[in-house]
Amino acid sequence: MTETSAAPRPAAEAASQPILEAEGLVKLFGRVVGLRGVDIRLFPGEVLAVIGDNGAGKSTLIKCLSGAMVPDRGTIKVNGEQVSFRSTQEARGAGIETVYQTLAVAPALDIASNLYLARELRRPGIAGSVFRMLDKKAMERHSEEHIRSLGISTLQNINQAVETLSGGQRQVVAVARTGAFGSQVAILDEPTAALGVRETAQVLRLVRDLREQGLGVILISHNMPNVFETADRIHVQRLGGRAAVISPQTHSMQDAVAIMTGAMTVPEAEQSLR
Amino acid sequence: MSNDTSQPAEAPPASAEDLVPTRHTPAQRLQHVLHRNPALSPLIVLIVAVIVFGIVADNFLRPQALSLLVQQMAVVGALAVGQTVIILTAGIDLSIGMAMVLSSLVMVKLNHDQGVPGFIALLIGLAVGLLTGLLNGLLVTKLSLPPFIVTLGTLSIFTALSLLYAAGQTIALDPDALLVWTGKTISIGNVSVTWGVILMLLLYAVVGFALRNTAWGRHLYATGDDAEASRLAGINTGRVLLSAYVLAGATVGVAAWIVCGRVGGADPNAGLNYNLQSITAVVIGGTSLFGGRGLVVGSLIGALIVQVFNSGLALAGVDPNYQVLATGVLVILAVAVDQWIRRVRA
Repeated sequence: MTETSAAPRPAAEAASQPILEAEGLVKLFGRVVGLRGVDIRLFPGEVLAVIGDNGAGKSTLIKCLSGAMVPDRGTIKVNGEQVSFRSTQEARGAGIETVYQTLAVAPALDIASNLYLARELRRPGIAGSVFRMLDKKAMERHSEEHIRSLGISTLQNINQAVETLSGGQRQVVAVARTGAFGSQVAILDEPTAALGVRETAQVLRLVRDLREQGLGVILISHNMPNVFETADRIHVQRLGGRAAVISPQTHSMQDAVAIMTGAMTVPEAEQSLR
Repeated sequence: MSNDTSQPAEAPPASAEDLVPTRHTPAQRLQHVLHRNPALSPLIVLIVAVIVFGIVADNFLRPQALSLLVQQMAVVGALAVGQTVIILTAGIDLSIGMAMVLSSLVMVKLNHDQGVPGFIALLIGLAVGLLTGLLNGLLVTKLSLPPFIVTLGTLSIFTALSLLYAAGQTIALDPDALLVWTGKTISIGNVSVTWGVILMLLLYAVVGFALRNTAWGRHLYATGDDAEASRLAGINTGRVLLSAYVLAGATVGVAAWIVCGRVGGADPNAGLNYNLQSITAVVIGGTSLFGGRGLVVGSLIGALIVQVFNSGLALAGVDPNYQVLATGVLVILAVAVDQWIRRVRA
């Protein structure tokens, strides 16, 4: 975890160095400009929402940050060190976890197996090295501790198959995984898109829990009330560029929509740039 | 209270969620149990079938009959191991039986015609089996072709190669040759099993262990369950798929050795039914054709069920055509049960 995880809320105030930082990101798709030089800065212990109309470059921006796409120009820094991800695996190795809009969980596997999918623990000694045996006990124990530390009470049985869970509970498993492996950044792409009101509240609470743990969270959402309820700052994308960075304290939802559609511009001095 | 039989006393619900019934109907409970234990329903079918045929056909439960039954299913049983691994990835292998025939022909002909020592011929035959799996796997993963089409094509290719290579001949080997050692029996009391049966059971033990206890096994299930989610989670799904086909190729080689023992040599026409029989065993054994769900031991039970029906009906003096009919009914029932189980909810 980061040093700031122990700091009292608002932890974001205390952190001076961005945990994830991108400058001048450009991404072209043939002659179509996906991103035209976008800057973004994410600090530990904050939820940064990314909003924008369809085609504004939200997904492209997120894919560049999560390693799913390589930007044509621009730099990405993690904790001040420049990185260049060629795959989501490399981004994950640097502590950047992404939950995709399509749920990245295997329905027939249980909760513990899903939390440890693609990073299973092996047993110590010969059982693990020669016979490649999984340490199922340890994975179950750690999963249970992790789920409990996040205060998720709706998941009772860690050995339950994910397909027997509701959509919200599945999303909780997917989001919980982002905080399970000492990651620093969680990127959540529309985590509440398919959920009901109560389930949405559950997932958003989990997002705030990740923030309390000192993670930097990027939340992509179309749902303005959710964004204004959860985010510390809001990055507004428009036409492949960054239109503004605002905060729920300084701007209203109407302002946000106006910025998204180009009906309003915000001078830099009034933005929540950090 | 004692007179109130309509509803047991319950605390008033605190919220709407508490009104959702937490107790399940017997059918739902059964669904849950079967969902947790995919090999349970075939096991029940097997036990019931053995009891019924034990009553109906006098000779059925005699050790000799049971020994023969197990020997007869050894080849299908071995192929079903590879077939299970492929079906768990939501794939299918239509070529597996002919791949086995090709592999067995190579073993026997090298040994018999070219005078290659049995051990070397065996190794080359095993390698041929492995290569058939590798070919299928590369076509599925590198060219992204559907497994059904790939193996339909390689089925024809392996069939043609086998017939061309054998030139229509059946070859019998000396009963003491290493290649037909798998047909030799060992007796424990009245029960006699062939080494081929033991080899097959060993195959189940090894693959079952790997599927259950290794990260590879878990990745295989996850890939078959939801390939896209597995890829996003960081699994190299292409490599997992390829490994499944290569492993199936390895079991093809072992099955080829077993079939050499069964027929006492090599027969280019021996494999025609094995392709579909292996799929039948896997499906009856409770493995889902949609991938991600099933156990390799289920396929052993599935292969046993088919053989129990065949032997039992034969011993009961029923027209052999009813054996085929019974197998068909079992397959459809098994898939219907699987569909029902997949709809499970908490």
